[in-house]
Amino acid sequence: MDGTWIVIVVVFTALIFDFTNGFHDTANAMATSIATGAFAPRTAVTIAACLNLTGAFLSVQVANTISGGLVDEKLISPVVIFAGLVGAILWNLTTWFLGLPSSSSHALFGGLIGATWVAGGVGAINFNAVLNKIVMPALLAPVVAALIAMIVTYFALRVVAPAEPGGVNRGFRRGQRVSSSLLALAHGTNDAQKTMGVITLTLVTAGMLAPGSSPPRWVILSAGLAIGLGTYVGGWRIIRTLGKRVSDIQPAQGFSAETTSAAVILSSTHLGLPLSTTQVCTGSIFGAGAGRRLASVHWGIAGRIVLAWSFTLPSAAVVGAAASWVAATGPMGVIVVAVSGIALSSGFYVASRRNSVTADNVNAEVPDVAPSPAADLAA
Amino acid sequence: MHIDWATLAEIAVVAAAVALTVVLLVAFAIVGSSAHSGLRASASDAGSAPGTHPAAGMVVAVLCVLGAGLIVCYGLYLIIA
Repeated sequence: MDGTWIVIVVVFTALIFDFTNGFHDTANAMATSIATGAFAPRTAVTIAACLNLTGAFLSVQVANTISGGLVDEKLISPVVIFAGLVGAILWNLTTWFLGLPSSSSHALFGGLIGATWVAGGVGAINFNAVLNKIVMPALLAPVVAALIAMIVTYFALRVVAPAEPGGVNRGFRRGQRVSSSLLALAHGTNDAQKTMGVITLTLVTAGMLAPGSSPPRWVILSAGLAIGLGTYVGGWRIIRTLGKRVSDIQPAQGFSAETTSAAVILSSTHLGLPLSTTQVCTGSIFGAGAGRRLASVHWGIAGRIVLAWSFTLPSAAVVGAAASWVAATGPMGVIVVAVSGIALSSGFYVASRRNSVTADNVNAEVPDVAPSPAADLAA
Repeated sequence: MHIDWATLAEIAVVAAAVALTVVLLVAFAIVGSSAHSGLRASASDAGSAPGTHPAAGMVVAVLCVLGAGLIVCYGLYLIIA
């Protein structure tokens, strides 16, 4: 099989993954700012898009391994990467359709694990690393973030209690503009690198780039543009869930949640134990909701989100495994996987139009009885 | 199975301290500036922090915003560096 065309397919698929990563994660930085009116919805996604693009150029550190040691890297071929990316993209679209935040990194790792499993058997998976690097942090990150955000929100509300509410809200909204922008920038430096790493290592695997090379300029630019464009399109369904359905988020809570998220993400990155941005941000928002009044949090939504998180790795792995099995049969197999993936993605898009969420209705009140895919699923 | 509890605890403590400091600084800045704007409005005591001299409130507000700004700049440095 001529290697060039599969590399082109992988690069294209990686950029699509980057795009879904962008629109899936807009909510992390901007959901509460949009909910409290710190930013108008369109302004929020435009700023987040610009900062994500800027972030892509700021950080030059690209991972040396695609999976971070979760699977036997020697077995990772362009076909395996392609299958893993397809699994990740489809899981991202599923959770977006349901309006649930979930980690794009975990989806990518899940897809790669499934695809490698098919390519090299169960022995190629380092289950110990999966447990330590994915499962345990996934359990602990949201809890830690939620506890910190709860304490911070409680104290913030106590301190500003004597002041006039209008001034308090104005002050915290100003703060939110800074804190959410900082989060968006941090997201760009972290997540754009992921796709750059995938593309660069694919080029190295195919012998088009010397091992240890930095990503070529076109890779940096295209990865930055893909994540920026995805962010600009805005995952409005997830923004609505985090901004409006978790709790009635006020500016003090939004600011506390975003500040906590930024503090946890930056400290974890610099202490060498990176945590999932999505899980930290989601945990913070729940904690900030609970910090005002425990009963104001819709715990049913928390249950659905936790359910989605526990399914992220296995679901993406199953799709990745199936895609890897078909794609390994040759060019025809790759075409079958690509066409099926495109068809399924279009299906999600069309189905989402049934009750579409846009910049215009993202802040509309969502009654508990409103028909939503997530509610349908839970019913 | 090996869980790096020490690093995790370090992250939790550092993040909690930083987040609490920044949010409290902003909260104090808001209370301080509300004491100042309460004087300008001078209509009633509603909206002002009781017992705070307006000028002192403004000085506290500026100091707090400066402190929070410095921490944010350090965060920005960590992102870029």
